[in-house]
Amino acid sequence: MAALHFHNVTLGYDRHPAVHHLSGEIARGALVAVIGPNGAGKSTLLRGIVGILRPLDGSIHLGGLDARDIAYLPQSAEIDRSFPISVFDFVGTGLWREAGLFGGIGKAARAKILRAIASVGLNGFENRPIGTLSGGQMQRVLFARVLLQDASLIVLDEPFNAIDSKTTTDLLALVKHWHGEGRTVLAALHDMEMVRTHFTETLVLARGPVAWGPTAEVLTPENLMVAMRMCEAFDDTAAACGEDGRSQAA
Amino acid sequence: MVYDALIGPFTEFEFMRRALAAVIALSLAGAPIGVFLMLRRMSLVGDAMAHAILPGAAIGFLLSGLNLFAMTAGGLIAGFAVAILAGVVARSTGLKEDASLATFYLASLALGVTIVSIKGTNIDLLHVLFGNILAMDDQTLLVVAFNATVTLLVLAVIYRPLVIESVDPLFLRTVSRAGGPAHLAFLALVVINLVNGFQALGTLLAVGLMILPAGIARFWSRDLTAMICIAVVAAAISGYAGLVLSFQTRIPSGPAIILVATVLYIVSVLFGRVGGIVRQLFPGRHLEA
Repeated sequence: MAALHFHNVTLGYDRHPAVHHLSGEIARGALVAVIGPNGAGKSTLLRGIVGILRPLDGSIHLGGLDARDIAYLPQSAEIDRSFPISVFDFVGTGLWREAGLFGGIGKAARAKILRAIASVGLNGFENRPIGTLSGGQMQRVLFARVLLQDASLIVLDEPFNAIDSKTTTDLLALVKHWHGEGRTVLAALHDMEMVRTHFTETLVLARGPVAWGPTAEVLTPENLMVAMRMCEAFDDTAAACGEDGRSQAA
Repeated sequence: MVYDALIGPFTEFEFMRRALAAVIALSLAGAPIGVFLMLRRMSLVGDAMAHAILPGAAIGFLLSGLNLFAMTAGGLIAGFAVAILAGVVARSTGLKEDASLATFYLASLALGVTIVSIKGTNIDLLHVLFGNILAMDDQTLLVVAFNATVTLLVLAVIYRPLVIESVDPLFLRTVSRAGGPAHLAFLALVVINLVNGFQALGTLLAVGLMILPAGIARFWSRDLTAMICIAVVAAAISGYAGLVLSFQTRIPSGPAIILVATVLYIVSVLFGRVGGIVRQLFPGRHLEA
């Protein structure tokens, strides 16, 4: 059973494709790394999956999932860190699916929030305003919120950028825990070593898919070279694309 | 003595009692809105919107003279039109909301002053620009109280999405579609409260009882709930003290209220617990951890 199904998807901005003719599927419960150089379309693909960017062409099927079954951790969150909100309340917003607009946050929910904060190692930070946290602590807070969202598909965009090794280890353990619970996890990553050791499946993206499959087979120097050489083409005078997508999926 | 100065005016004169009731209603509803305006970095948007109300109020004035009810209705219509148009333009074109608002409000202000000048005198123009809380009749007071009540009810309904949209708009977009409607409802509340303030303080100062208390609250707390409470209290104190000041000194009521709020603001900037200047200059010895 596929959690995600791409039908010849093209995603981009202003008609210019950033992800070009992607087809394929991701099995439920898969732990997938999306790698590729800057500008390869990793973030664009993830934005398409969570539904904040509509495909220019083709379609993405969520295999019966609702938008609320997806937890998304963007690369550069537009979070206003100066807003007066505590770690507890901020993490608590992860309960949106249960609580919605008006639902109360009862005793059970409070306990859940506290557990989530504890499981990212931030006990004692509950009442701190988010503006006082370090970068790594903020990333832990965001992971705690993803945890509370209890989503069956978790999408992480470069979650370990500018994060120290201790925090990375802790948060990676959480990712593997999610995988163990049968959730589908997709992460855009740059650390090849991490991908090789921890992720079962890898998509090498360079606008179009360069390779896609079991990490050991896909993560070859040849594939990475191809991805590196991809041109970051954005041509103002580009003609309309007539290609049907089959030739790209080499 | 003290009784005569501080309480006497209100027991003696009905217009002072009405004015006091009006400023308290304005404080209860306007100050929380002001806190959100400030936190969403929309303080000047609120100011812009205040001017946008003018042509509507002016058309009301044109049709029925200095009738606060007609002016209120006109102001509401104009304010909503500008708020929604600016919001729609911003959301559908990627132009920042403040930029699109600036265009709309400049046009509105010019139009409004033109309309008032066509029919009215300079006194009318002064009234429109600076308001007159002492001229409040029962009907107007009821309108003000009604608007304040509606504001608090709606704010309670949109509170959660509004807070989340202020902190992390992208997150709200991925879990819910409530962000857009909540934002529009908030803009509507801003307009309602500006029209409310317009009765008392005029188009130029209406935003004062919203923004100044919010600025004051920022210097005393890092907690949203506490900030809202502090802002309400600061607004009410400014309103009361401003009325007393106006009564005793013949300073016009609107400017008197805003001046008192300004004094509170300066005190807060200097001595506030959160980021006040004195606190920054003499922070005490640093802590161990």
